[in-house]
Amino acid sequence: MNALVSISGLTVTYPRAATPALRDVTLDFLQGEKLAVIGESGSGKSTLARALVDLLPPGSRRDGKIDWPEGPPAPGRDYGYVFQDPGASFDPVLSIGTQMIEVLQTHLSLGRHDARDRAAQLLVRMQIPSPALALDAFPHQFSGGQKQRIAIAIAIATGPKLLIADEPTSALDTVVQAEIVALLKDLVEADNMALLFITHDIALASGLADRIAVFRDARLVEIGSANQIIGAPREAYTRGLVATHLDLTTPVLIGVAP
Amino acid sequence: MTLLEVRNLTKVYPGKRRVTALGDVSITLERGETLGLVGPSGSGKSTLARVIMRLVEPDSGSVRFEGGDWLALRGAALRTARARLQMVFQDPLGAFNPRATVGGAIGDALRIHHIGTRADRPDRVAALLERVGLTPDHAPRAITEISGGQRQRVAIARALATAPALIVLDEAVSALDVTVRARILDLLVTLQREEGIAYLFVSHDLAVVRAVAHRVAIMEAGRIVETGPTQAVIAAPTSATGRALVAAVPRLIFNSPAKEATA
Repeated sequence: MNALVSISGLTVTYPRAATPALRDVTLDFLQGEKLAVIGESGSGKSTLARALVDLLPPGSRRDGKIDWPEGPPAPGRDYGYVFQDPGASFDPVLSIGTQMIEVLQTHLSLGRHDARDRAAQLLVRMQIPSPALALDAFPHQFSGGQKQRIAIAIAIATGPKLLIADEPTSALDTVVQAEIVALLKDLVEADNMALLFITHDIALASGLADRIAVFRDARLVEIGSANQIIGAPREAYTRGLVATHLDLTTPVLIGVAP
Repeated sequence: MTLLEVRNLTKVYPGKRRVTALGDVSITLERGETLGLVGPSGSGKSTLARVIMRLVEPDSGSVRFEGGDWLALRGAALRTARARLQMVFQDPLGAFNPRATVGGAIGDALRIHHIGTRADRPDRVAALLERVGLTPDHAPRAITEISGGQRQRVAIARALATAPALIVLDEAVSALDVTVRARILDLLVTLQREEGIAYLFVSHDLAVVRAVAHRVAIMEAGRIVETGPTQAVIAAPTSATGRALVAAVPRLIFNSPAKEATA
C-alpha cells in the first residue's frame, strides 16, 4: 500500500515550552489504513495529529519532514477532524443545519437546497433520528453521543481521504463509546478513508485499528500491526500498557465480600 | 448494622422537560464493602451520589447512615457528621482551592474537623501522605504543580483525614491514565482492607467496577434496574442496560486472521 503521508525526524516544540512535545518521530501512514496512536496524557499523540495537518498554535517550532506524495491536504476538504469534546466543536447559537450547510457550501459547489439535502443524508448515515427536525435544532438539544455523531458527519461531509479522531469517545460513557467506534469503523471502511485514531485506551485501539503506534514522553516507542502490539509487544512499556488493561476477564483486585 | 440504607429516594428536576433523576431508588451498603454504581450518562448515578453526600436534596425517601437519619442533619451537626462520609470527585484539580498547597489542603480537613492540635498537624499530614503513597516532601508543593495521579492521591488523603466509614468515589479514576488508574485502584483496595472503609464507587465503566466492587447496582433513567454480586451480574446480566454495559467493555483483540491480512 502507498503512503498517504511519510513523516521523518519530526520534532515539535510549542511556544515557550522548554522541551519538545514530539521528538524525532519517523513513520509512514498508509492510504486507507486505520492507524491508532496510543499513549498517556502528554505523550505527544495529539501533537502528532496537529503537526500533520498544520494545526499547531502559532509560534510552534516544527523540524523534520512531513511528505504528502499527493500534496498536502486542504483543511475542511481533504481531511476531517473530530475532537474530544463534542460540545466545543459547535457554535452554540447556530442550528446544526446552518453549521453543516456552511461546510458543504464552502467546499462543494452546492446550492442551499442541495446542501440541505446532503446534510440530511449525512445525518441519516450517522443514525440521527428525525434528520429534518435535527437540522433545525441547536447543539444543546442533543446528547453528547449525538453531538459527536453530528461532528463526525461534518468531518466527513466533503468526502475526505483522511479522518483524524482525537479521543472522540473519552467524554462519553462506555455504551455510547462502543456505538461511536463501530460507526467510525463502518464509515472509514465504506468510504476507503484513512483513519488516525488517537486514544489512551489500548483495547479500543486493538478493536479498531490495522496498526498501532505507541507514544511515550514525546517519542514513538514502537509501531506494528494491532496483533503484534497486543499479542507480542517488543517494548517493556507496551507490555505494561497491556498488563494494566482492565476488562471482564482480567483479575479482580478484591476478595470476597466482608 | 447496615452502614448505609437508602430507601425510596426520588428526585425530579422540574421544568419543561421534567427529568426524573431518581425514581424510587433503594440501596444498602455494609461496612468495609464496595458497591459499584454503574450506568450510562444521565442514568442518575451522580444524582444518587450527590443526595448521599448531601449536595442535592431529594424530593422524598430516606437515608440512614451509621444508624442515624442522615437527611435530618442540619448546620453544625451535619458538618460534624460529614467527617464519617467523605468524597472524592472525578476532576482532582476542580476539587481543590487552586492556590492551596498539598499540606494546606489536607491540613484544612484536620482543622475544620478539630482533629489533633495545631502543633501536631504537620505530623498528621505527613502520615496521611505516606498512607496514600506520597512523601512528606509533597506537603509544601502547590496543588497545581503535581501530576493528576498525585492530586487524586491527595484527594484520597484528605478524605482519609477525618477517619470516614464511607467514601463516595464519583468517577474518581475516570480522568486518569491507565497505569496511574491501576495504582490508584490498588491503593483504594489496600486502604479498604486495612481500615475497613466502605466505598460507593460510581462509574460508567463496568471493567473498573468489576476490579474493585463486591456488589454492583446498575442504573438506567433514574432507577436501579439490576443489583447483585458483581461477578454474578456480569456473568449473566438480566437487564437490557446490564447487557449493554457488559457488551460495551473494550476487550484486547488480537490474532484475528482477517485483520492480519490487512496489516
